[in-house]
Amino acid sequence: MNDARIPGAFLRPGTSSFSDFIAENAPDLLPARRSLPAGSAAELAPHGTTIVAATFPGGLVMAGDRRATMGNVIAQRDIEKVFPADEYSVVGIAGTAGLAVEMVRLFQVELEHYEKIEGSILSLDGKANRLSALIRANLGMAMQGLAVVPMFAGYDLERGIGRIFGYDVTGGRHEEAAFFTVGSGSLFARGALKKLYREDLSQDDAVRVCLQALYDAADDDSATGGPDLTRRIFPVVWVVTDDGAVRLDELRIGELANQVVGARMLRPDGPVAELPGGENTGEDLRA
Amino acid sequence: MSMPFYVSPEQLMKDRADFARKGIARGRSLAAVQFADGVLLVTENPSQALHKVSELYDRLAFAAVGRYNEFENLRIAGVRLADMRGYAYDRRDVTGRGLANAYAQTLGTIFSAGGEKPYEVEIFVAEVGDRPEEDQIYRLTYEGRVADEHGYAVMGGDADTVASYLKEHYTAGAPLDEALRVAVAALGHSSNERGQTEDRVIPVEDLEVAVLDRTRVQPRKFRRILPTRLEQMLGDRGPAEHAPDEAPAESSASPDAPGQAQPGRREQVTPPDSGEDEGEPPVAPPL
Repeated sequence: MNDARIPGAFLRPGTSSFSDFIAENAPDLLPARRSLPAGSAAELAPHGTTIVAATFPGGLVMAGDRRATMGNVIAQRDIEKVFPADEYSVVGIAGTAGLAVEMVRLFQVELEHYEKIEGSILSLDGKANRLSALIRANLGMAMQGLAVVPMFAGYDLERGIGRIFGYDVTGGRHEEAAFFTVGSGSLFARGALKKLYREDLSQDDAVRVCLQALYDAADDDSATGGPDLTRRIFPVVWVVTDDGAVRLDELRIGELANQVVGARMLRPDGPVAELPGGENTGEDLRA
Repeated sequence: MSMPFYVSPEQLMKDRADFARKGIARGRSLAAVQFADGVLLVTENPSQALHKVSELYDRLAFAAVGRYNEFENLRIAGVRLADMRGYAYDRRDVTGRGLANAYAQTLGTIFSAGGEKPYEVEIFVAEVGDRPEEDQIYRLTYEGRVADEHGYAVMGGDADTVASYLKEHYTAGAPLDEALRVAVAALGHSSNERGQTEDRVIPVEDLEVAVLDRTRVQPRKFRRILPTRLEQMLGDRGPAEHAPDEAPAESSASPDAPGQAQPGRREQVTPPDSGEDEGEPPVAPPL
C-alpha cells in the first residue's frame, strides 16, 4: 500500500519527552546510544573543565572558563561550556566536550518539546530530573572514560529563588544550597568560593566572586584557562533571575576580569578573608 | 451473497468531501493575517486550555479548525517532526514547506483511503521570515490540498463572510494592533440564519490570539497575546457579546448572533516583548 502519511508513531499520543520519542523511533540520534569496544577512550577527545555557580538573593550566576584540553595539549581556547537550557535555567558542562555539548542540545530540545506538547513549563525539579536520566544513559560511555558531568541551575518561579543542582556520572543529583563547582579545577574554585561567598551578595558581586573562583582554579589547575587578556577571551557568565537567563556581554565581563587581574597584580593570591578572633583582621591586605 | 451497490468514484469522493466540510463548518472561523512584523493568528475560542493556535518551531505556528482530537494529533506529529529534524540537522533546516508537505500527504492519504473516515480539519502552517516577503501562510484542507495564501486567510465555520470583511478592510504592512483590530472585527462579522451579515463584539476572554513576531530577540518567534494585553490593544469596542450556543472548544456552534460593533478606538500600544502580561513566558533560547 502506498502510504505517504506521517508515520504512525508521530501521530500516536503518549510521551511528551523528546528523548523517549527518539529512543523509540530514531535511537541513532541519541548521543549516549553507542556500544564501544573495550578500553579507555578518555584520551581521544577534548575535555572541558571548570564551571562555578553561586546564588544571590533573587537569582544565580553560572560561569565557566574557556579551555578544553586533550592530555597536555590545549585543544581549544574559546570553548563555551555554559548554555541556556531554557528561559529560566542554564546548564554548565565538564567532561568529554563533544558528548557534553550534544547532551546539552538534547536537553534543550527535551525541555522545549515538553513545553510545546504540554503547553506548560516543567518545574525546576522536573527539569533537573530529566537531566539525571540523560546522564544515566551515558553511564556506559562514562565507564570507558567519556564521562559527562554537568551542573544545572535555574530560577524557581514558584519559590522565587535561584537553585543549583550537581550531578555524578550515574545521574545522581543533589541540590546545592549556595554555590557549587564541577570540573578539574573545581576543588580550587570551591575553596575560593567558600571564603568569598556571602548570602547577601549583589548580582554584580556574585559575578565577581565567580570570576575570582575561576581565577583561582586557573591558578592551580593546568586544565582551566584564566582570563586571556591578550586575546580578549573571558569566562562565559550567565545570570538567571525572574527576568530569565541572560548572558553577560563580553565588554562587561572584560571590565570585571580586568579588575580581577589588576588586583592580582598587587596580591597574586587574591582577596583576603577575615580571620575572626585573629590578631590581624586582614583589612590592610585586602585587595 | 449480497452485492454492494455500485458507487461511482466521483460520488464517493463528493460524499467524503461533504462529510468533512460539514464537520469543519460547525466550528468557528480562524483568521491568519500578515502584518508588518509577522503573522497574526486569531480565533474565537472560549477554552483557555484547548488551543487551536500553537507553536510548532522557532518560526512556525500551527492553527487548526475542526475536530479537536484529529488536529491535536497532527499538531503533536508536527512538533515531533520539527524537533527531530532540527535536532538531527540544524534549527534553520526546519521549514514550513517541509511540514506543510508532510501534513498534505497525511491528510490526502487519509482522505482517499477507503477504510477510514476523512479528517474533519483544516490547518494553517504559518512561517515568519527575516523580511515580510518571506512570510508564508500554507493552508491545508481535509483532502490534502495545499495552498499558499497571501495577506490574509480564513478557515472554519463562516469563512466566506469573514474573508469578505477582510478583503475590504485588510491593509498590507499594518502594525500589529491595527491588524489585530481588523482581524477581530472580521471574526465578529458573520451572517445569521436569515443570511444577513451582522457585527458582534467578541469578548477578549473568548479570543485566542498568537503572533509569529520577527522582532522578538529569542529564536522562538511564537508568542501568545493574553486577554489583559488584548484589552489594551483593542481599546473600547462597545458592549461585548459571547457567541450564542456556548459550545466547548470545538464542537457544534451555530452561526454567530447579532450584535453591535463600534469602530475600535486606537489605544496606546506598547511595543512587543515589553510587558509582563505578554502571553506565555518567553521560551528557550537554544544554541
